[in-house]
Amino acid sequence: MTGPINWLCQVAAVTRFGLMSLPRRLGAVAATVIGIAGVVGVLVGILSMAVGFKSAMLASVSDDKAVVLRSGADSEMVSGLDHETTRIIADAPGVARGENGPLSSAELYVMINVPKRSTGTDANVPLRGVDPAALQVRGNIHILAGRMNQWGKNEVIAGVGAAQEFSGLEVGSTIKVGRADWPVTGIFSAGGGAAESEIWTDGKLLQAAFNRGDSYQSVYVKLNSAGAYQTFKDWLASNPSVNVKVARESEYYAEHSATLTKLINTLGLLIAFLMALGAVFGALNTMYSAVAARTREIATLRALGFGAGAIVVSLLLESLALALAGGCLGGGLAYLAFNNFHTSTMNWQSFCQVAFAFRVTPALLLEGMTWAAVIGLIGGLFPAIRAARMPIAAALREL
Amino acid sequence: MKFLPLLWSNLKRRKLRTLLTLLSILVAFMLFGFIAAIKQALVGGLAIAGADRLIVRHKVSLIISLPGSYQQTIDKIPGVAGSAHETWFGGIYQDPRNFFPQTAVVPEEILAAYPEIVLSPQQKQAWLNTRTGAVAGRKTAQRFGWKIGDKIPITTAIWTKADGSQLWEFDLVGIFDGREKAVDTTALMFRYDYFDEGRRYDKGHVGWYIIRVRDPSQAVAISKRIDDEFANSPAETKTEPEGAFAQSFAKQIGNIGLIAQGILGAVFFTILLVAGNTVAQSVRERTGELGVLKAIGFTNVQVLGQVLAEACALSVLGGVLGLGLSWLIISRGDPTGGLLPMYYFPAKDLLTGLGISLALGVAAGILPALQAMRLRVADALRRM
Repeated sequence: MTGPINWLCQVAAVTRFGLMSLPRRLGAVAATVIGIAGVVGVLVGILSMAVGFKSAMLASVSDDKAVVLRSGADSEMVSGLDHETTRIIADAPGVARGENGPLSSAELYVMINVPKRSTGTDANVPLRGVDPAALQVRGNIHILAGRMNQWGKNEVIAGVGAAQEFSGLEVGSTIKVGRADWPVTGIFSAGGGAAESEIWTDGKLLQAAFNRGDSYQSVYVKLNSAGAYQTFKDWLASNPSVNVKVARESEYYAEHSATLTKLINTLGLLIAFLMALGAVFGALNTMYSAVAARTREIATLRALGFGAGAIVVSLLLESLALALAGGCLGGGLAYLAFNNFHTSTMNWQSFCQVAFAFRVTPALLLEGMTWAAVIGLIGGLFPAIRAARMPIAAALREL
Repeated sequence: MKFLPLLWSNLKRRKLRTLLTLLSILVAFMLFGFIAAIKQALVGGLAIAGADRLIVRHKVSLIISLPGSYQQTIDKIPGVAGSAHETWFGGIYQDPRNFFPQTAVVPEEILAAYPEIVLSPQQKQAWLNTRTGAVAGRKTAQRFGWKIGDKIPITTAIWTKADGSQLWEFDLVGIFDGREKAVDTTALMFRYDYFDEGRRYDKGHVGWYIIRVRDPSQAVAISKRIDDEFANSPAETKTEPEGAFAQSFAKQIGNIGLIAQGILGAVFFTILLVAGNTVAQSVRERTGELGVLKAIGFTNVQVLGQVLAEACALSVLGGVLGLGLSWLIISRGDPTGGLLPMYYFPAKDLLTGLGISLALGVAAGILPALQAMRLRVADALRRM
């Protein structure tokens, strides 16, 4: 009688035997579990860096904001727009209007040397000169400590990420901009977005400090709606007096996080793949020796009438259980070690620092568990097949 | 030597297990190779930084240029052997993803400052004769298939020409190599006089200076002297040895060394467990045999040596194969398609890897070997 219920009972019985014998093979079992934990931990750890970086870049972007640069410029750092152009952009159709005129902010984007807290060495921290309208354009700037900088005064406010990663950005301290020292009057948040890695100040004053005349580098505008983007873009493209490149804020920042995210992901997957290969070999070893140690048991079960299929499945389950235990251990360790770990790195597309926190997301943990499961299944499959194929008589005689 | 066949037949006893262990060790050392290469790619520039070179940049930001007139003042400072300057061009060749550095330089000065750049005398002469001439590093020239005589069009959003155009054309007159492997040959360098005449803004300014000092032990004093010279001027400077400059640049990426060590630590800990477990298993299975060996006169030390040798043989073999394989793959180029120009396997790390493979063998084998050594003949034989 090999009905499905009976078959399930067989699988359950053999699996139980296997799992109960694990303590007797503690060394081998530990090697497998820790091996797989290592793979999952490293995989999740490295990828959480890419996830954290990307989410810092993309946290607060939206489709109803646009960034305008000079045509041919691939980042704000190398762009340049004269005053006249920024006026034309502000008056373009599709731009939302507030009480004080169009919601358009002509901005300057430069970098200054500020020492990194962790190393004490200089890092390129972005310093952004903005219009008062920038606050309404972004719509998510909140002062967490201190106060807003006063327009027309040499004062700066620091993003919360920047203040955490770089030294000398506390309220009350000063930074050197141009020839003078400017006080930091406040710390701001920006919905977790890229602006939190930046220092902000009055654009007009920054022009003077950096000898930029009356030129800007980018214009950020708030549109009437996400749908108004096409009108806005087409109008600027067909206007012969300006020569600019328009992108949705979301597209601009996605493009700007692409290089580093791709680099981390490529390297992370390569390393994890190789480690996974190593772990598969380890798991195979463990399961082969598990099968070898239980040759007689398995043969006895077969002689009693247990099916080959049930043996294979239960050995696979045993291997899967070890792998998932390893996956949980590795994912858990990665979560404890890396989640919310604050750091900063250089964005290779602008050479500026981006402060971010590693993020171990449920999706990443799931990916890690998937890897663990695949390693466990491969590691269990071949030994299980060998066990099922053993000639019963010969196996019984062994040992 | 006479025990080699014994060692060999022990390894062959469970072929599959030996093979699997060997493969897992092999993989660990391939990873070691890749991580060494990645680390080299990210922080490799540090190795070649000249001790006698200083970098002078604007105090507030690397992106603010310095007056060209500073060079005369700097050259007069005692202890300065020579100076050169570079200006970042930040242009795009065909596609923004084709990143490589381009700078405007004075040919004789820059070649004197960087003796590790190897350019043939004919090509150097051609560069001196051609105002629009540029030289490219071997890697970049190969990447885009450039040949001497080609016209290289580069657009830049930073440097508008006097006529408002953003397209610059350079004539490739030379291709330079590095004196050693660690020299970055991805740059394109063109003449400052051509560049300065053509640009609309910022004429007469340069990006940063490279200073050679006569005596490296004076580097710090001279740095301070230069910075004092320009203190309270519209463009104050920050001068530091090239090594410190490169290091702070690498540190901007993050603590790569620590990350690499963390990953490798996890890998080797794992492999140590796997390999150690295999050796322990095989010793346990052979308890009886080891007893026989001892009964027929093998000393304790010989038994210990035999087990250890087995573990080390497996580990070193896996190490050599893994390092060799990763070396082969790495020399075919970097996996990101051009993001990591200095991606190669440094010889120093190859040796370290071999050392680690031996250490891994000892670490994995030592406990089972001691266990085997302490076996009492009577107990061992009884278990047969």
